[in-house]
Amino acid sequence: MAKQYVCKVCGYVHTGDKAPEVCPQCKQSNCFELVKKSGFSTDSNAYTIIYAAVLVVIVAVALAVVSQVLSPRQQANALLDKQKQILVALNQDIDAMADPAARYMELCQDTIVCGTSDVYVFNIDDATKYVLKLHGQGLWGGIGGYLALDEDKNTVFGINFNHEGETPGLGAEIVTAKFRDQFKGKHIKDATGAIRSIAVLKQGKAAEDGQEQVDAYAGATITSTGVNDMLAANLAEYAAFLNENVNEDENEDVNVNEEMEVEDVE
Amino acid sequence: MLSKKTKEAFLGPLNINNPVLVQILGICSALAVTVQLKPALVMGISVTIIVALSNVVISLIRKSIPMRIRIIVQLVVVAALVTIVSEILKAFAYDVAMQLSVYIGLIITNCILMGRLEAFAMSNSPMESLMDGLGNGFGYAMILVIVAFFRELLGSGKLLGYQVIPDSWYIANGGVYENCGMMLMPAMALILVGCVIWVHRSLNEDKK
Repeated sequence: MAKQYVCKVCGYVHTGDKAPEVCPQCKQSNCFELVKKSGFSTDSNAYTIIYAAVLVVIVAVALAVVSQVLSPRQQANALLDKQKQILVALNQDIDAMADPAARYMELCQDTIVCGTSDVYVFNIDDATKYVLKLHGQGLWGGIGGYLALDEDKNTVFGINFNHEGETPGLGAEIVTAKFRDQFKGKHIKDATGAIRSIAVLKQGKAAEDGQEQVDAYAGATITSTGVNDMLAANLAEYAAFLNENVNEDENEDVNVNEEMEVEDVE
Repeated sequence: MLSKKTKEAFLGPLNINNPVLVQILGICSALAVTVQLKPALVMGISVTIIVALSNVVISLIRKSIPMRIRIIVQLVVVAALVTIVSEILKAFAYDVAMQLSVYIGLIITNCILMGRLEAFAMSNSPMESLMDGLGNGFGYAMILVIVAFFRELLGSGKLLGYQVIPDSWYIANGGVYENCGMMLMPAMALILVGCVIWVHRSLNEDKK
């Protein structure tokens, strides 16, 4: 019966009485070893199927256990990360903080439900700030962030961005302070009180009337457009919240008074 | 301490048998993560760990693997290892996990992994496979770092995120220097890898 020799480098199998000097496949020399014949074959169908089934079960159990064991820690990390991002949006220096989570709990006053999203209410130096969550689409994946507004629900107090995998050096630069600081003090509404968002435009381009703008990051056109669209789309979703107090305090109250007066006259 | 063959398994891929330069494996990820040094470093280390681990696991079970489904078995082992490492990172090093984001999943499809499992771990002992995995991982990381060094330095004037080319040199600030925007494009990574291969080949001409 012919012996089998297998090449240790490339796995080429030679059948014959003697091992070849040079492997015909990978051209290495002295690389063959004799394949030992045993009664049991790892190539039978039954063995292959059972092997595959056992392997899959072992891997599935291992993954499930790891996932279950680590899940609480991961959720805690994700929550802490979210709190840190919100603190950055609120212009807090998280690197100087010993315990960002405690600081977050101290500052956070309330959560208002607005449609499917939450608005977080904060108290920074005795001034009320609102934080809105943003989510949109960048070049390679999702982008998101938190927008902090002053009590007038118009002036930007601070903003923070995150992204799943924008290009390092280009789209990923939206998280830098240099890009984010441009938003501070801008207004998301025009003079009439309508929500206009903030345009992210190439340097030298001017936004339409009444809309404030910041400069896009040069070279990251699609990510910048993504930030622009994200702001516009998300602010529209928060319209109910953003228009709420303004109407109550100024327009609605005035309207109600006027109507009553009219009725009185009649 | 180490046998000659084990030593060769570790040192070979660093130079003569470099996975990127000689075997031209793992090029796709070399293009994607080398715009800056930091992701390149992290990717290099992650791939090293995964190649070494999966090499050892496959080497340990190599005699029991049915030949006809060996690629599937290798893939399952690699995918499981990457997923577990990713979960552990999310639990204990959240910042690193976020930094890696999509790249960690890409490790599964890195051709170096399958290449080493199929060519080495399937027919060698666990110790040798471990050294082979480490050697190939470092060999890969080395090239990533070289390419990323030039791309970050010339493309954005920074290294590891710190500005190294003085601001006053730039045209915008009255200087004469401008960043090479081309360096940020994937095409430039390929050209740089080509240059590194060129240097490497001419240095090793006599050893071939």
